[in-house]
Amino acid sequence: MSFISKPKVANPSLPSNELGLNRRDYEGSMSTLCAGCGHDSVTAAIVQAAYELALPPQSVVKLSGIGCSSKTTAYFVAGAHGFNAVHGRMPSIATGANAANRNLRYIGVSGDGDSLSIGVGQLAHVIRRNLDMVYILENNGVYGLTKGQFSASADIGTKSKKGEANEQEPIDPVLLALALGASFVARSFSGDKEQLVPLIKAGLSHSGFAIIDVLSPCVTFNDHEGSTKSYAYVREHSEAPVAADYVAPQREISVSYAPGELLPVTMHDGSSVLLRKLDPDYDPTDRAQAAAYVQERAMRNEYVTGLIYVDQKRRDFHARANTTDAALNSVPFERLCPGAAKLPRILASFR
Amino acid sequence: MPERASASPRVNDFSVKFATVNGSGSTSANSLVMKAIFRMGVPVVSKNYFPSNIQGLPTWYEIRVTRDGWRARAGSVDIMVAMNAETYSSDVREVCAGGCLIYDSTWPSNTLLARDDIKTFGVPFAQLCNENFEGARARTLMKNIMYAGALAALIDLDLEVIRTLLAETFAKKPALVESNMKAIEIGYRYAKEKFACPLATRIERMNATAGHIMIDGNTAAALGCLYAGATVGAWYPITPSTSLMDAFRSLCARHRVDPKTGKNDYVIVQAEDELAAIGIVIGASWNGVRAFTPTSGPGISLMEEFLGLAYYAEVPAVIFDVQRVGPSTGMPTRTQQCDLLACAYASHGDTRHVMLFPDSPEECFQMAVKAFDLAERLQTPVFVLLDLDIGMNDWMAPDFKWDDSYQPDRGKMLSDEQVAGLSKFHRYLDPDGDGIPYRTLPGVSPKAAYFTRGSGHNRFGVYTEDSAEYQDVMDRLTRKFATAARLVPPAIVESRGASAGIVSLGSCDAPVREALAILRRSGTAIDYLRVRGFPFGAEVEEFLATHQAIFVVEQNRDAQLRSLLTLETAVDKKKLRSILHYNGLPMPAVCIVDGINSAMATGVAA
Repeated sequence: MSFISKPKVANPSLPSNELGLNRRDYEGSMSTLCAGCGHDSVTAAIVQAAYELALPPQSVVKLSGIGCSSKTTAYFVAGAHGFNAVHGRMPSIATGANAANRNLRYIGVSGDGDSLSIGVGQLAHVIRRNLDMVYILENNGVYGLTKGQFSASADIGTKSKKGEANEQEPIDPVLLALALGASFVARSFSGDKEQLVPLIKAGLSHSGFAIIDVLSPCVTFNDHEGSTKSYAYVREHSEAPVAADYVAPQREISVSYAPGELLPVTMHDGSSVLLRKLDPDYDPTDRAQAAAYVQERAMRNEYVTGLIYVDQKRRDFHARANTTDAALNSVPFERLCPGAAKLPRILASFR
Repeated sequence: MPERASASPRVNDFSVKFATVNGSGSTSANSLVMKAIFRMGVPVVSKNYFPSNIQGLPTWYEIRVTRDGWRARAGSVDIMVAMNAETYSSDVREVCAGGCLIYDSTWPSNTLLARDDIKTFGVPFAQLCNENFEGARARTLMKNIMYAGALAALIDLDLEVIRTLLAETFAKKPALVESNMKAIEIGYRYAKEKFACPLATRIERMNATAGHIMIDGNTAAALGCLYAGATVGAWYPITPSTSLMDAFRSLCARHRVDPKTGKNDYVIVQAEDELAAIGIVIGASWNGVRAFTPTSGPGISLMEEFLGLAYYAEVPAVIFDVQRVGPSTGMPTRTQQCDLLACAYASHGDTRHVMLFPDSPEECFQMAVKAFDLAERLQTPVFVLLDLDIGMNDWMAPDFKWDDSYQPDRGKMLSDEQVAGLSKFHRYLDPDGDGIPYRTLPGVSPKAAYFTRGSGHNRFGVYTEDSAEYQDVMDRLTRKFATAARLVPPAIVESRGASAGIVSLGSCDAPVREALAILRRSGTAIDYLRVRGFPFGAEVEEFLATHQAIFVVEQNRDAQLRSLLTLETAVDKKKLRSILHYNGLPMPAVCIVDGINSAMATGVAA
């Protein structure tokens, strides 16, 4: 970590967004992670996405569990409330928070230990609920804070720093999410900001549960030769069947591509995600094909990245609960309490 | 309590027990009888002893008819309706001398089980059903309704009252009113023809139930949640708390749907487990709504980690613990007060929690509202400790009242305007000296933002590993707990200057009050304090100090209330004697009378 924090005074030449805020207004407190940690790049991508979307900082809610990745919610959008929950239980906090106010943007940050071991149950069920949130899983295959144990996403054969090889089946969050019916499934790499930033923006615009598995190498415990989650390995073994470009609601889609290559997906808030097919046979709206594709590439030791699957039609948590459009925390008490006048009729059924 | 009103000892003062098989429809027959007595103006107590099973196991239902309005279980059986061959022998044995037995005489009964000190009434229920109804299912169901008819003749229930009740129950299915009424009448006529009806043990109309309802505590608590303005409920199904959320759901369906849009002013989440249920409650409360979860002991065990977070990060949460028999899975359909310590100190590290102890459905309603006020005022979890007896049995309660001037106490929550007026907001300061900090909600302004965490933090809400900063926050939490002792509902104290006193809580109140009256008649005066909240207030300390001998009456093996008193007050623990009842059935008064009399006999208390 660096222990000299950058002064909050912004360079006046920094460009600003529609709210008049510059990129530094979306930063948080200083990171305490190791220098070179992939997570810091993810944080930077979130900052960039929030800046580009011109989100009012207070409209964002940051949620996390426990672990290196979960610390990062303190490092972006200082003007947003944050909740660092208990290990593996961020999804339930997110569910409650979203239930109370559906009109904010919920960004969850978790890790592979937090999401795939201790928290796999909560992750599974928040996916099933199709809660409207972006869930960023910073995936490095290793427990950092407790100094280098394998996590549940460690691939078979990958070696720990001490040379020990993992023999247990990994849990692939992308396949898990597809199996459980997630409505937005993406994978990226912390070192590929060009891919990651539009994905985060698209996820934030998606109505429903958007999971982005970000391969985010641990420089201290899992960046060595023999690791399948090192910078070098991930760079060499990533392949994207589609590229996603985010287009803001008020902008027109003006990019031209050969027919059949372009797939515009209109998001809930009127924005669009332009999917450019890099593999002409790939259809990111076909769940079964997406799962088969990811699995097949995994057998060849390749990580499929990009927007892997999207379904804009699935009803989210609040649509299913038929919740009122207003934030529940803003509904006045007078509307909630039936009052003395209605009590006798209620009691009459108990005589 | 009124003294005995009638010259005849058995009129409106006896208990009936029904022994049946679960899943056979006996619950409707039994509550029909209970409701009919209640509608005839006679106070009743009803207790359902059911198995953790869907169909085929023995189940019992007990109605105590009590003209004096006692609320405890009788502890003895005057009339047994023995419909279950499997438990027949023990059911016959349970009838008290001089009592009555009603049984199905279709098949010969075991003469070895005959008792000559009770009256037996054989009614060929199965045969009558086979003659009058078609289909196996109908015959089983009607057999149960039919015993209600025979009983009605024997104890002199008004058939018109029964007809009205059936018409209300089956308002949407008039055919069922007729078939049920037919079964009632067959049983009724048979008893009238064969036996000298009514018995000396019978019902006479009174006017003692006007202005009262029959309601269970779970429904009453749900009604409290509705009136308190709770909008988020999260839960994992668990006996005996499930009916609380069921009731909340149906109340919301009726009272919380916007007539214009058809949309809901509430969200109910059936979570994947209790860990998630409490997480949802914490997330929702943190984000500014009133949220709650109903659960039972095993759920509390699972919630502990999150409860520590809510305590330390100071997030409101309301938990209804409808206690059942532990440890472990225990006996899910039996009652106990066995989670006092688990709730008081839930979670690792130094934690202490606020608890409320309703004694009845009426207090469940009131304390549900109070729980939300306290949780938001104190920014901490608040437990409402019911038990299965209060939660699932129907209790006679005076009509609930609601004061429209009530405004929810949202506690120290800064409004948008207040935030705008601040130069800087810090989450965990104590400007008022009561240990309670100010909070803000997400979405207000970047100035209001803060970071909530269960890791070490200082008074500014910033992560810390500094000893002094950590201790500063922990010490403030101690001050906040002292404030809580002044805010929880005070104990009910009934002191007449006796040297001995009873300290009790929750559903023990019913048998304690009855025991006190019995003891008074035999010349033993004892004072009484019922704790209604934790942390204990000054009145508890004073009662303990001013009484020589104190009987702590509670429903668990390990004397958990007594432990709490010794831990949290200055009382000399030698003064505290336990009267414990923990077999899973509600406590009868006799248990307390015997306990106190034997202590008196050995000279422990005067």
